[in-house]
Amino acid sequence: MSRPIAFTNVRLVDPETAYDGPGGIIVRDGLIVEVARGAAADTGPDIQVIDGKGRLLCPGLVDMRVKTGEPGSETKETLKSASRAAAAGGVTSIVVQPDTLPAIDEPAMVDFILRRARDIELVHVYPAGAATRDLGGAEMAEIGLMKDAGAVYITDGDRPIVDSKLFRRILTYASGFGMMVAHRPVDPWLAKGGAVHASEFAGRYGLPSIPAIAERIMLERDLAIAEVTKSRLLVDQISSMEGLESLARGRSRGIDVVASVSINHLSFNELDVGDYRTFAKLDPPLRAEDDRQALIEALASGLIDIVVSAHAPEPAESKRLPFDEAAPGSVGLETLLPGLLALHHDERMPLTDLIATVTLKPANLLGLKCGRIARGAPADLILVDLNAPRLIDADKLLSKSKNSAFDGRRLQGEVVMTLVDGRVVFGG
Amino acid sequence: MDIGDKIAAARNRKGWSQARLAQALGQAQTTVSSWERGRTEPTRSDVARLSEVLGVPNLDGMPSVAAAPGEIEDLIHERLFSFPGQHFLSVHDLTRPDAEALIDLSDAFVALSRQRAKHSDLLAGRTLVNLFFENSTRTQASFEIAAKRLGADVITMNPGASSIAKGETLIDTAATLNAMQPDLLVIRHKSSGSASLLAQKVDGSVINAGDGQHEHPTQAVLDALSIKRAFGKVEGLTVAICGDILHSRVARSNIGMLQILGASVRIIAPKTLIPSEAHRWGCEVFTDMRTGLEGCDVVMMLRLQLERMQGGFVPSTREYFRFFGLDREKLAFAKPGARVMHPGPMNRGVEIDSDVADDLSISLIQDQVEMGVAARMAVLASLAARLGNMR
Repeated sequence: MSRPIAFTNVRLVDPETAYDGPGGIIVRDGLIVEVARGAAADTGPDIQVIDGKGRLLCPGLVDMRVKTGEPGSETKETLKSASRAAAAGGVTSIVVQPDTLPAIDEPAMVDFILRRARDIELVHVYPAGAATRDLGGAEMAEIGLMKDAGAVYITDGDRPIVDSKLFRRILTYASGFGMMVAHRPVDPWLAKGGAVHASEFAGRYGLPSIPAIAERIMLERDLAIAEVTKSRLLVDQISSMEGLESLARGRSRGIDVVASVSINHLSFNELDVGDYRTFAKLDPPLRAEDDRQALIEALASGLIDIVVSAHAPEPAESKRLPFDEAAPGSVGLETLLPGLLALHHDERMPLTDLIATVTLKPANLLGLKCGRIARGAPADLILVDLNAPRLIDADKLLSKSKNSAFDGRRLQGEVVMTLVDGRVVFGG
Repeated sequence: MDIGDKIAAARNRKGWSQARLAQALGQAQTTVSSWERGRTEPTRSDVARLSEVLGVPNLDGMPSVAAAPGEIEDLIHERLFSFPGQHFLSVHDLTRPDAEALIDLSDAFVALSRQRAKHSDLLAGRTLVNLFFENSTRTQASFEIAAKRLGADVITMNPGASSIAKGETLIDTAATLNAMQPDLLVIRHKSSGSASLLAQKVDGSVINAGDGQHEHPTQAVLDALSIKRAFGKVEGLTVAICGDILHSRVARSNIGMLQILGASVRIIAPKTLIPSEAHRWGCEVFTDMRTGLEGCDVVMMLRLQLERMQGGFVPSTREYFRFFGLDREKLAFAKPGARVMHPGPMNRGVEIDSDVADDLSISLIQDQVEMGVAARMAVLASLAARLGNMR
């Protein structure tokens, strides 16, 4: 077994107990074995001591929405390149989406991803299983078998399941296995051919648009089905005020609904598309500043549960195109944390609450023991220089694809060290 | 003797007042008076109509500016200016003084184009590439003629079908062309923002000849020129743009340009063809032709793409014509002497009645085509003037 490590002189943030103060911890055999608040932890002679110099020590991030290109589109991103990017970004657990080639729609594919991740041995990789075979939206996939193989939730990724009867059956069936179903709320007919948010901006720039009601209409349906089937629904990447109103009504009716938002929608608005910047072409599209502000408030109030990177690598050949032809999406693993910390620096949310949206809350949704600083919890940890200024240069990101919506943006916060199960996977 | 004097002389011989002539022409008296004082020039169609009304055949066919040799060239040099930016992608690249300078320069090129010797050497040694990913006979021809009259070497490419089928992207094409060092690149492409994308990748000047549903700025220059020549001014006029605003790059460029020049702009269309936030564009929005046309000086019709019927924007061409097609009955709601424009090609009987389109006392449509060449000469010459400074 490797030598124990002690972190001393750190600012400890534990979202579970809402502790934010000085302290230290000891890590042994991949687990947190000592947590000291205020005073320094006792260290022995055979312990490697790391002086945190007052930096932040908190749980590693759990990112519930990551696309890679493996298998099938390895030019975009491999599990290895995504894992490296995750480690550098302080993300210690990623959930990969099932929209690969072939799709992760059966237990052998789930197993394939888990085996690849074991060989790479950087961060934890969990597959999400497809809701329908080949993501076709027509036949239910083998939800139970995929769960047994290690899938953590069920989703068809970016594709809405249009057939309401099938969607109802999927929710009903999955809930019998205790599997959460994530669904993208978008009416495909209203969104068809759209590239940006429907607004004055879209009109002036002559770009086909996707109205916010496309989100609201599908979300209302999903909530109604979740209500009658009494099953848990994860609303994938809510993006609009209209959607938030529906979500709030659903919550007040006691529906078991949780929601995610992407870091992009918390950080940018439609005007960031600027002069047809395809890196800011996203799905769902960036919306108005009022929507962005409402999303931040909803995150602060707890209406939105978790923040995801929505990591979607696209190579230059898919992005260096006229705007309507370019692929949507932005890489995000390395910018999730600094992007999120902007809300701390802008004093929009207490640090413990903010960190909880990318650690404790997703870990709890997935039934993982990580995401907290507690004795016996896995030592998935990050040491962060909260105030370090950074200019994001997409070309320097570790992702194979460089399509970052944050390219050129100034942020604060840098990961100094990342540990997964007590192993240093970045920095150090 | 210039045209204004000729009109005045012919009118006086008939013993008519300016008001009487204006009435016979269906024009405002101010228009006639401004022709006679030489403040504005009648368009070719006006001249035809004047000849007919005044019974003076020789009014037609004479040069509108009786210029001494070299006089027009001097005028062009006097008015030539350096374009404000490297590229012309949007009418918003222009400030009001720029826009006015461009229109004045275009006007000088109209005179040049009406001479027998139409050539100038302002673009001598320059290479212009016409890159039309989308087919357009008239715009392509207009740029080609404009560039050739200015002495440029012109290459026209229609990569639309061939290279895209081979998987070549716009950027690949741009990189290939850039290596051949063109000075001016004219692009038309089906995607909004494509001209801007090209401009980021090449060293020469890019002229947007229509990018998707975004802009078609040279059309706005030629339309403003046509209006100015007909009315003597643009400021203070009320212009109604009617039809498929939602999908129209011509509408976006014209709204911007006319507002820059101080006109007030109305848009008239079925609600499905009006962008949802158009009321924030500084235009008055109407869904009824008759109300919308009331008091308008200019009625600008847009082409209705016939695909819109499948898209569910409007139910049928006959229903569209009934409510939004321009005929004499609807035109009667506009100001007396109002003029009609259309960027072409027209769908006769869909958005415009032939009776209106072909009436030269009303329609500026033929003038627009003529002005197109002059306006593009002005754009190319002023961009080249800037290139001259840069290299």
